[in-house]
Amino acid sequence: MAGAAADELAAVKLETATQEFSNIVTTHRPQIFRFLLASTRDVDLAETLTQECFLKAHRNWSSFRGESSAMTWLMRIAINLQKDHWRNRRMQFWRHTRTNAVDLDEASDWLPSGERTAEQRILAKEQVSQVWRAVKGLSERQRTVFMLRYVEEQELGEIARATGLSEGTVKAHLSRAVGRVRAELGGKR
Amino acid sequence: MRFMGIFGKKRDRVGTSAELDLPVADEAVEQALKNFRQSVLAWSEAEFGRTRAAEKTVRQRSWRLAAGWALSVALVAGSVSGGVYDHHRQAEMARAAAAARAVQQQRATAERLAREDDQDLLAKVDSDVSKEVPSAMEPLAQLMAEDDIR
Repeated sequence: MAGAAADELAAVKLETATQEFSNIVTTHRPQIFRFLLASTRDVDLAETLTQECFLKAHRNWSSFRGESSAMTWLMRIAINLQKDHWRNRRMQFWRHTRTNAVDLDEASDWLPSGERTAEQRILAKEQVSQVWRAVKGLSERQRTVFMLRYVEEQELGEIARATGLSEGTVKAHLSRAVGRVRAELGGKR
Repeated sequence: MRFMGIFGKKRDRVGTSAELDLPVADEAVEQALKNFRQSVLAWSEAEFGRTRAAEKTVRQRSWRLAAGWALSVALVAGSVSGGVYDHHRQAEMARAAAAARAVQQQRATAERLAREDDQDLLAKVDSDVSKEVPSAMEPLAQLMAEDDIR
């Protein structure tokens, strides 16, 4: 009797956890994909890493204690996967070829139509292209911090938790990244 | 705005540097960063929607792969059978050439033998003719024959 009740409880718990995780995927998958796409400029790679991220999260879902938000936890997994991907010697081939990564001009083509004039669109495209050029010159860590701040609009504390850096270091990385953007746009560093 | 779908849940504004206590970025930088974010959002939303239809692409790729394999196999089979046929044809030609050479040799031998027969016959005729001397010269011929015997 007690055994049956325990089984039923376990089944309910499992179903709840599955439902919870399903919600997490639905809610956060676009953001994780976007972050990885912006970081790699490679649609296939971003999709693969996103899948891996959620697979890893699913395997470790029971160990997630909710000390940080689910998004921060997922982002941390995504950052580590991305890091592993580039550092893994088995992936050396990809590091050299990167044939799927779109070039900067192509990446700059994407602009929301909005209610802009043709002139404004050209100006915006030029600015986007300049930012991409600046991003290309950033270190891996600077780029991650930059994307989390200026694409994902995360707070410094969130970025620090996701990257495992101190807030001061995050701020320093951001400062250098913005300096590069400013230099690319024609101002002084 | 165009990207207000699944990606539009967060605030549509990059926090200013002052809010973040970051080194002050000028207006142009802020505007560029805002445009950059909008661009990435638009790109990401378009690609995210597209990746859901990946199954079809994979199927097309697998068809292409199968067609490629079939074509490769056909090419290899064609090359091999062509090579075998060519080898067979060359062997046939070599056999025919050898047979023609043998026939030619036989013909040449026969001609040579016939020529030798003719020469022997002519020599015999010559010697026979030379032995038959006119009656007026018979005594001289007998003398020469006796000299030969001696």
